[in-house]
Amino acid sequence: MWKRDEAVRQPAQPAVPTNDVAAAAPAAAAQAVRPADTMKSQNARDVVNIGKSVVIKGELNGSEDLTIEGHVEGRIELRDHVLTIGPNGKIKAELFAKSVVVLGEVIGNVSASEKVDIRENGSVEGDITSPRVAIAEGAHFRGSVDMANKGGKAAAGPRPAESKPQPVTGPQPVAQQQPQQAQKVG
Amino acid sequence: MLWDPRGKERSEAAAPAAALADAGQTFPTKALRKFLASLTLRDSPVLMDLGPVVGPNVTFFGERLGCKIILEDLFGDLERYPKNAETPFSQYLKTRLKHEEASVDGILCWNFFDFLDLASAQALAASLTKLLRPDGAVLAFFTTVGVPDSRFSKYSIVDEDSVKQRPYSSSGKKQTAFQNRDIIRMFEGLKVAESFLLKTNVREFLFRKPAQSA
Repeated sequence: MWKRDEAVRQPAQPAVPTNDVAAAAPAAAAQAVRPADTMKSQNARDVVNIGKSVVIKGELNGSEDLTIEGHVEGRIELRDHVLTIGPNGKIKAELFAKSVVVLGEVIGNVSASEKVDIRENGSVEGDITSPRVAIAEGAHFRGSVDMANKGGKAAAGPRPAESKPQPVTGPQPVAQQQPQQAQKVG
Repeated sequence: MLWDPRGKERSEAAAPAAALADAGQTFPTKALRKFLASLTLRDSPVLMDLGPVVGPNVTFFGERLGCKIILEDLFGDLERYPKNAETPFSQYLKTRLKHEEASVDGILCWNFFDFLDLASAQALAASLTKLLRPDGAVLAFFTTVGVPDSRFSKYSIVDEDSVKQRPYSSSGKKQTAFQNRDIIRMFEGLKVAESFLLKTNVREFLFRKPAQSA
C-alpha cells in the first residue's frame, strides 16, 4: 500500500533530470499526463472566493471566475469569466461579466455577454442586459431586462403571433363587442 | 422516537388541498394573442409588467419577442404600503412610474386594478395612458365578482391562448368589481380594442392608444 501511494504521488513531484534512457521513457509519459492534471487543478484554483467578512469599495477587475460572499461597492468587471454572488454576498455595484449567477443581493445594473441567472432567494434591483436571463421562482427582481442581441432581435423561435397571424382590428367600443364576446367565450 | 401514525395521515390529507390552492389554474385568454400581435409589429418593443417577476414570462417576452421588459411590481407596493399612510395610495401611484412619456409599447396590468379603489385606479390608468406610445396596447383583467379578501396572483404565460394563475400572497385584499363604464372612463384617451367575458368571470380588456394622439 505504501509503495503504491508513493507511485501515485510521484507525478506531482518536480521532475528529476536523469541521463538514464530507460528511466526517461516512463518519465516522459508521466510528463505527458501531467499538463492535463495540472490544468484541472489550475482551473479548480482559478475560482477566487471573496469571503463573508471582506468589504471592498472601488473597482474590481479580473481574468478568472470569482465568487463573492462579502460586500462590494463600486464596479466589478470580469469580461470573460463567471461572477457568482453567493448567498451572503451583498453588492452595490455595476457588474460586467460573461455570466452572472446571483444567490445573494445585488443593487446595480448587471451586464453579461452570455447569461444572467437569478437563483431562488437571489435579489437584483437594477437593469439587466444579457442575451439570456433566467429568474427562478422565489427570486426578487426589480428593474428592466434587455435581451436584445446587438445584431438584431433576440427571437429564438417562431413568434406566437406569426404562427397564426391575427392583426388587431381598429378600436371598437365595448358595446359592439358584446355579441361577439358571447360567441367567443369558450 | 415520538411517532404519530395519524399525523402522517393528516398531513397526507391536507397536502393535496394546499397543493391545489397554490398550484393555481390555467385558463384560456382571448386578448393575450391580440396583445402579443401588437408587440410583434414593433421593432424592439418595450413591455411594462405591473406584476411580480415571473421567470418564464421574462424568457417568453425577452427571447421570443425580443422585448425590453420593465418590471414594476405594483402588487408588492400595494402589499407593503402602510394602511395609515398620510399620502393616499392614489397619490403615490400618480408619481410611482417614473418613465418617459410615450416610451412603452405594451403594458400588462393583469388583475391589479381589482385591488384598487376608484381614485387609485383612475390615477394609475392616467399614468399608464401617458406612458403608452401611440398604437401601444394595455392588457388588463377585471373581475365581475368583488370579494372582501382575495390573494394576489402571479400570472404565467403558458402559450398565446392560455395563462396560468397562481395565488402567492399570504394575506388577502379587497377585490372590487368595477363596472364597464368606470373602466372605460378610467382609460380616457385609450380605445377599447377588444373585450371578452370569460367563463371564469374575468373580463379581459385590451386598450389601444390611437395613433393620431401622438
